[in-house]
Amino acid sequence: MQNNPSIAETARRSDIRNRWLLAAPALTTIILAAIGPLLVVLMFSFMVRGDYGDVKYWQFSTNGWLSVLFERDPIDDSLGLSSANFTIFLRSIKLSLITTVITVLLGFPTAYFVATRPEKSRHIWLLLITIPFWTNLLIRTFGIQDVIRNEGLINNVLLKFGLISQPIQMLFTDGAVLLGLTYVYFPLMVLPIYSSLEKLDFRLVEAGYDLYATRAKVLWNIILPLSKPGIIAGSILVFIPCIGAYVTPRVLGGGKNMMLGNLIEQQFGQARDWPFGAALSITLLVIVTLALLIYVRSAARESGSHGH
Amino acid sequence: MCAVPHAKVALMAISSRGFSVKSQVGFSTIALLCIFALYLPIFTLVVYAFNDTDSMSLWGGFSLRWFKSASHNVAIQDAVLRSFQIAIIAATLATAMGTLAAIATTRTAPYRGLNFKYALINQPLIVPEIVTAVALLIVFARIKVWTGYTGGAYLVAAHTAFCIPFAYLPIRARLEGMDLTLETAAADLYANPWNTFTNITLPLLLPGVIAGYMLAFVVSLDDVVITEFVKSGGQETLPTYMLGQIKKSITPEVNAAATFFLVLSVLAVTAFYFISRKKH
Repeated sequence: MQNNPSIAETARRSDIRNRWLLAAPALTTIILAAIGPLLVVLMFSFMVRGDYGDVKYWQFSTNGWLSVLFERDPIDDSLGLSSANFTIFLRSIKLSLITTVITVLLGFPTAYFVATRPEKSRHIWLLLITIPFWTNLLIRTFGIQDVIRNEGLINNVLLKFGLISQPIQMLFTDGAVLLGLTYVYFPLMVLPIYSSLEKLDFRLVEAGYDLYATRAKVLWNIILPLSKPGIIAGSILVFIPCIGAYVTPRVLGGGKNMMLGNLIEQQFGQARDWPFGAALSITLLVIVTLALLIYVRSAARESGSHGH
Repeated sequence: MCAVPHAKVALMAISSRGFSVKSQVGFSTIALLCIFALYLPIFTLVVYAFNDTDSMSLWGGFSLRWFKSASHNVAIQDAVLRSFQIAIIAATLATAMGTLAAIATTRTAPYRGLNFKYALINQPLIVPEIVTAVALLIVFARIKVWTGYTGGAYLVAAHTAFCIPFAYLPIRARLEGMDLTLETAAADLYANPWNTFTNITLPLLLPGVIAGYMLAFVVSLDDVVITEFVKSGGQETLPTYMLGQIKKSITPEVNAAATFFLVLSVLAVTAFYFISRKKH
């Protein structure tokens, strides 16, 4: 048919040009209101801080970046490791990792339960898990607050049954933040594990039992390895929003139990150190990108090993 | 805000045998407890909204007074109205742009720049919200000083940008399942591209467009962090209003407003779920 390659080529070129035009509004919006500003953040991280917030334009300094890990001694101006910022870094990473582990431990059985329901009712179970995820994160965090406040559900019940005489302080602790993060991001763990398990060929499990494997062995040697892609995907999906969490630590952790997101916010609020805040933002972005790269590499290795 | 790999249910039916090879000790208990725990805080919040006491402590009987006082609270009225205005405009823009972008990136042989488009469109899903929020704060604060304009357009622009991937993904998924036969047939019958689009492509694409619109709408309605940093004075949405209340003593009024929002989200998500399931 296409005996004239130049016509086909012209058609292809105009098709590609049209496709760029069609995508242009979306791409422009994202560049202007999402990616472009990130470049400004990068630039700001290398500028001198302004006296009342903002920066002194075109005066460059690395102080913003130094503040990420170090602090200047007010007396002799020497650099020392900043223990306050370090604690917040450590807390963010620690809480995110623990949340990831807990959501795997709870999410795997939940996903397994849903995946082994009869075909018809599976949708309903899945919907039950999805609904909270799509409801407002702040509202869900308020819900957790209502459960663990000093006058909240748990303390009320315990007081009523005389199990305690004083309300237990649960709100504004690291534990509260951990509970909140686990609660909020739990569905993000269940869904990818579910889609792995849903494809699981249960004849393999049966074969395991035929060979006298115990339930634990079947789980450990057959089911878990086959659902590894889902577990890895879920872990990344949970870890990334955790490390950048802002609302949950603010509402449940109070002022004391800050995470990275809150430290960043502080620099643009009370602390008025925009270059430091900008450097922290880029640091967070790098951590997230690294986590994604690890995921992409392990996913590639996973699909590679299946090729054998 | 992250992409949820939309779990599809395979048609493969696993015949059930007498011996339950699928059961694992304790799994069902953990699962049921987790699902229960997923709803406990939400129910608690809703129950407190109907509580007839001034403080948020003990149960004082059923009452609708907090709903009444929330609906008379001018700040809440204003915040709810603004939330909806922004969500409607942002979701509409994001869906329109997402539809065009989806058409531009599907049903084609790979071409230079295709992966670049994917990466760009999905970018808002990857960058932590707090980072986007401070980036927009920096840039918009400048623009506000330069132009003197402090209206709602900043919020609409920010919301539209992060809603685009949520609108785009379901539309793209729908398009990928459609072949070009009908469009080619229309073109053979001398339909111009616009007629082909409005009479063939769009009607077939509609479930994807509706699903995308709803996701974008819910995501915009839910946003706290970016709105908190971008808004000018007096531009509270319901989520930022609620966040502002945590410093003060919370009254069940906030619960009542939250309950109203919750019902809307649940309705939208349930509708989305059934619309997106229909295509299979």
